[in-house]
Amino acid sequence: MADVVAQRRTLLPLVLDRVGFDAGGRAILAGIDARIEAAVRTVILGPNGSGKSLLMRICHGLLAPTRGAVRWSGPDARRPGVQAMVFQRPVLLRRSALANVSYALKLAGIGRAARETRARAVLDRVGLAAVAARTARVLSGGEQQRLALARAWALEPQVLFLDEPTASLDPSAAREVEAIIQAIHCAGTKIVMTTHNLGLAKRFADEILFLIDGRIEEAAPADRFFRQPRSAKAGAFLQEELPWS
Amino acid sequence: MFAYLSSPKGAGAGPRRPREADMSELLYSFTDAVRLIAALDPELAGIILLSLRVSMTAVLVSAAIGLPLGAALAIGRFPGRQVIVVVLNAFMGLPPVVVGLVVYLLLSRAGPLGELGILFTPAAMIVAQTLLITPIVAALARQVVEDAWREYEEQLRSLGARWHDAVATLLWDTRYSLMTVLLAGFGRAAAEVGAVMIVGGNIAGVTRVMTTAIALETTKGDLPLALALGMVLIALVLAINVAAYSIRQFSVHRYG
Repeated sequence: MADVVAQRRTLLPLVLDRVGFDAGGRAILAGIDARIEAAVRTVILGPNGSGKSLLMRICHGLLAPTRGAVRWSGPDARRPGVQAMVFQRPVLLRRSALANVSYALKLAGIGRAARETRARAVLDRVGLAAVAARTARVLSGGEQQRLALARAWALEPQVLFLDEPTASLDPSAAREVEAIIQAIHCAGTKIVMTTHNLGLAKRFADEILFLIDGRIEEAAPADRFFRQPRSAKAGAFLQEELPWS
Repeated sequence: MFAYLSSPKGAGAGPRRPREADMSELLYSFTDAVRLIAALDPELAGIILLSLRVSMTAVLVSAAIGLPLGAALAIGRFPGRQVIVVVLNAFMGLPPVVVGLVVYLLLSRAGPLGELGILFTPAAMIVAQTLLITPIVAALARQVVEDAWREYEEQLRSLGARWHDAVATLLWDTRYSLMTVLLAGFGRAAAEVGAVMIVGGNIAGVTRVMTTAIALETTKGDLPLALALGMVLIALVLAINVAAYSIRQFSVHRYG
């Protein structure tokens, strides 16, 4: 069993080598060098328009960088379900909550018999067992976000990218989502997340990538970053974003 | 023949002009029409049933062709795609008589499909109506699916959907919008007269449908039957629109 786990965890570290992205003659990302390791929780911080979401899309493989390279350590990074992403505005299919999770499992090649068991188990873990049969799109905003997390979690991905997972949620829904993200981390999935919620970042992050104008301004362990940011821009950013929620 | 066309007043020697009806006759025709409908007149019923059979079959066939085609055009990016899209959009407005003519040429004894021997049968009418509405179904389905794809693309690619997975998923997720597309196709098929007239021949009891019967009975002067069929046709079109509207409302309410 341990061998199987060891074999599976070959995707990380993820190495970004001088990654850049141009659009419309403008460099939106430039010279991104990073090494994203397994087990630690990575949070990407930065003001609006700094390129956080774009960087995650490139890491996830939805977009190809126009310069540089994204290198996974394993060969099967593009296999469905090995890595997953929850978007800021997740798209739920017009079918039941349970069917939304089963759908993702089907694409990942999970057999019919195992799908429903796994889907029910993960819905239970995120507190949606009671609404499993309800249509996904009529659930509340918080429930929809939890369902999107459940759909990603069901895949048991090695890496999960989360784009602003608590944006536009009220505080209690945000707390539920935070607990789920913590649980996914504890279950062994590497989490890479962007957020504007500095409270969440501070509670959750092990390491911070601070992005500004498409460049990594500072990469640091989270406690050090919040206590004593090295760059002036990071210090200003932390000041401006106060008070922390 | 040409003399007849150019001198409609030649009532004596030439073929009879269609008789015109006065006001009171119209009123009688109307009450007779209602009576025909209420009594479920077998001739009337036969014509209506054939209309429904032909147009519904045509819709089913064009759905089988048009929906996947529309979805593939919405999602796929291949050379020639834009040409097909433009042609489909243009073919949405195909004149039924021209479609009828083309099918007639294909199915006539000397034509390439003359062997089938289906000219002047309901099968030929189904072929003609299918050709007529498949572009409508495909073009409208492409629009519906393309709008959905804009919303779904990143999510589906993230989950690892290949293009044919995406086609199936989007067809299913837009099923209520697509049902209204099919109803639009059915409305067009049931209301057209030119194509079925040419390839069906309007043979009583064999290929006579509502629209061709209305055209014939009006020129013959049998206004009650023509009116009765007209009322049924309008009621049908109305019912289709009520159905389309209800489906929309239901899906928005039920599925968001």
